Amino acid sequence: MDYLDYVQMTTGQKIGYKISSFFGGIIPAIGTLFRIIGAFFKSLFSLIGNGFKGYGYRFANGDAGTKLSYIIMGAGSLMHRQVGKGLLFLAAEVAYFMFMANFGMTYLTKIYSTNVTMSDYPNMIFNGVIGSEAPIKEKDMLTGVPKIVNVDTVDDSNRILLFFILTVLVSIAFFAIYITNTKSAYASYEVLKEGKKPIGTIDELKMFLDERFHVTLLAIPVVLLLLFTVLPILFTICIAFTNYDIDHQPPGNLYWWVGFANFADVFYSNPMKSETFGKILVWTLVWAVFATFTNYIFGIILALLINKKEIKFKGFWRTMFVITAAVPQFVTLLIMRLLLGETTGLNVLWGTSYPFLTDANWARVTVIVVNMWVGIPYTMLISSGLLMNIPEDLYESARIDGANAFQQFTKITFPYIFFVTTPYLITTFVGNINNFNVIFFLTGGGPSPASYYKAGQTDLLVTWLYKLTVNTSDFNLAAVIGIFVFVICACGSLITFNMSKASKNEEEFS
Amino acid sequence: MTKMTAQSSNSKQASYAAQRKLTNTVIYIILSVMVVIWIFPIFWLVIQSLRGEEGISTSYFFPKQWTLDNYVRLFVEYDENGVALPMDEMTYPYGQWILNTFIVAIVSCVISTLIILMVSYTFSRLRFKSRKTFLNLGLILGMFPGFMSMAATYNIMEIFGLKQSLVGLMIVYSAGAGLGYQVSKGFFDTIPRSLDEAAKIDGATRNQIFWQIILPLSKPIIVYTALTTFIGPWGDYIFVSYFMKANQSNFTVALGLYSMLDPEHITEYFTTFCAGAVLIAIPITILFIIMQRYYVAGVTGGAVKG
Repeated sequence: MDYLDYVQMTTGQKIGYKISSFFGGIIPAIGTLFRIIGAFFKSLFSLIGNGFKGYGYRFANGDAGTKLSYIIMGAGSLMHRQVGKGLLFLAAEVAYFMFMANFGMTYLTKIYSTNVTMSDYPNMIFNGVIGSEAPIKEKDMLTGVPKIVNVDTVDDSNRILLFFILTVLVSIAFFAIYITNTKSAYASYEVLKEGKKPIGTIDELKMFLDERFHVTLLAIPVVLLLLFTVLPILFTICIAFTNYDIDHQPPGNLYWWVGFANFADVFYSNPMKSETFGKILVWTLVWAVFATFTNYIFGIILALLINKKEIKFKGFWRTMFVITAAVPQFVTLLIMRLLLGETTGLNVLWGTSYPFLTDANWARVTVIVVNMWVGIPYTMLISSGLLMNIPEDLYESARIDGANAFQQFTKITFPYIFFVTTPYLITTFVGNINNFNVIFFLTGGGPSPASYYKAGQTDLLVTWLYKLTVNTSDFNLAAVIGIFVFVICACGSLITFNMSKASKNEEEFS
Repeated sequence: MTKMTAQSSNSKQASYAAQRKLTNTVIYIILSVMVVIWIFPIFWLVIQSLRGEEGISTSYFFPKQWTLDNYVRLFVEYDENGVALPMDEMTYPYGQWILNTFIVAIVSCVISTLIILMVSYTFSRLRFKSRKTFLNLGLILGMFPGFMSMAATYNIMEIFGLKQSLVGLMIVYSAGAGLGYQVSKGFFDTIPRSLDEAAKIDGATRNQIFWQIILPLSKPIIVYTALTTFIGPWGDYIFVSYFMKANQSNFTVALGLYSMLDPEHITEYFTTFCAGAVLIAIPITILFIIMQRYYVAGVTGGAVKG
């Protein structure tokens, strides 16, 4: 379906088409999500496969140096007159084995400890605990407060899990270096066989400024991402399968693997948690729909008003609205909270006490309205640019045919903008599911009835996640919610991804 | 006959013009009302920051006493004897927070900009075997909610001995920069490849092409990237609030201002909070207005191609 087919439809058909293509897009998007994850693993495995390809062949056909490098890294390079390179490989191997012996092995064994006894649970034996040395607690004679006796030897589940993941990552990196080592040994052997001299270390290092410049450029960013983005995410995903909560917090406690119990809790088995989850999920989606479409429609209308030909002082109007978008969000939102409080701001000014933020239904409307105040200037900014792209002759011919301003809007402007900005719309939708600021700063998620599990009636999934992490230390539940939000966002992003031709042209996933 | 048509078309034109005038007046009225609604909260904030009377709210709009004391109070606090307290003993060390945020913002701006330029150049210009894997991985990583793993990040920083420190904050803000390459990659994609090829024929390495040919051509995107990464720490509340816990002397401005609204002190410090908010909003607003056209290009860049 191209643009021409699209513009020939009636307005109703257009909206129907958009809605059906959005919801119709969800299932393919889930498919695409799995395909991307699949493609990712495929490319990962094919990288590994490429490493193994010829692994045996190289061993069988290489010379002694090549064969030796399968056990002692760098041996091939050393024997093939690439001393610097050989020493580097050797150093990598020594470093890795030192790392494993002194550090890594401990965590590989402790990650799933069996037969662990804990002083908090007398006469019980635990399997699958993260850490083998449980804290032994004794009551202090004077104060009666439990104290950990074995402070020096006690295990910390957090540390063990983190270092376990780190060890796995280091091992993967080492494995890649190992394969490179065997390949390099065989390659230099072949060069020697032809009677040429293998490339020297200096020349090889120079390649990192040219043919292998991507390695140089990506090295630091990738290491930083691995340490501070990938490692925490992997850690959090693991936490979703443990009982790391307020009662099992290191130091002082170990936590252990519980399988899918947390997912079951949140989705159906624990009535309070699953009901809270259901209600928050529904409100999150309602919020995202309203927040997205109110901003979108009114933002476009505002842009149209400002950009109307006869309107003067365009720069002035635009700047006025841009100012409100430019002030840091936490500032404007905190002002709004004080303006709308039951005993502050407008209520004092008017001598009233409207429950703008304290009654559930009022609060839900208020956050959507305030979000319009926050978001409309952005939509206005973006659609102003787009409006100028609409060919003027479309309007001219419409006017000659006798179309009035309203018809021009419904037949030309709106379809054009809607068609062009659908990806933007979905990005905003996903952004609103994650819209932490507006909810957190305005209502803090409240009002919070007792029937909600550590949440309030205007809480979104992400603010609930934040509360579970910060206020109540329910890290395992927070991790489950995080994974769930990831799945929603991934689907949304992938619908956009599928729709946007710009990325299709890149053909990243073909 | 001709006279009549002329007359009727005249009156038609007149009524048309009148109608147009009416529509425009209505539009002006709508715009003015909207501007009032949009500017009101900010205007209110500025007014409150100049109010001499204490307390959260007053039943009148304009203060009875105008003062600049609230701004002074952000930076100077006196003890009972009228001696100015050193910064680290103040109830709310606003000057310290500004300094903290500025240092963090500058460092993470420099590192992040470098990282973003390096990554986006690599993905835009260089072709290598694992490129697809990296792009896929970046896409997947970007879909996790940003603060889902902040507890884990805190644990990692604890192990490095950097918890609740400004250095830790700088590292976290810069380390994630590698995922924010899309906008500048889009920019690099628009620079003609023939430039690279010409330089290659002249014997330039890819390293030289990056530093001496591509970067000098990329001033707009460098400015944009630097500004966005500089602004980031000023507005971040979520991560920093979890990361700093109660270590007040290492707060950034956003967290510090939020802590001023603590119920215990809010009546006394509300007008000071407003002054602090105004001071911080001014430079950020100016920066945003400067870079708004880049912002629009960044958001719609992928969308316009539809």
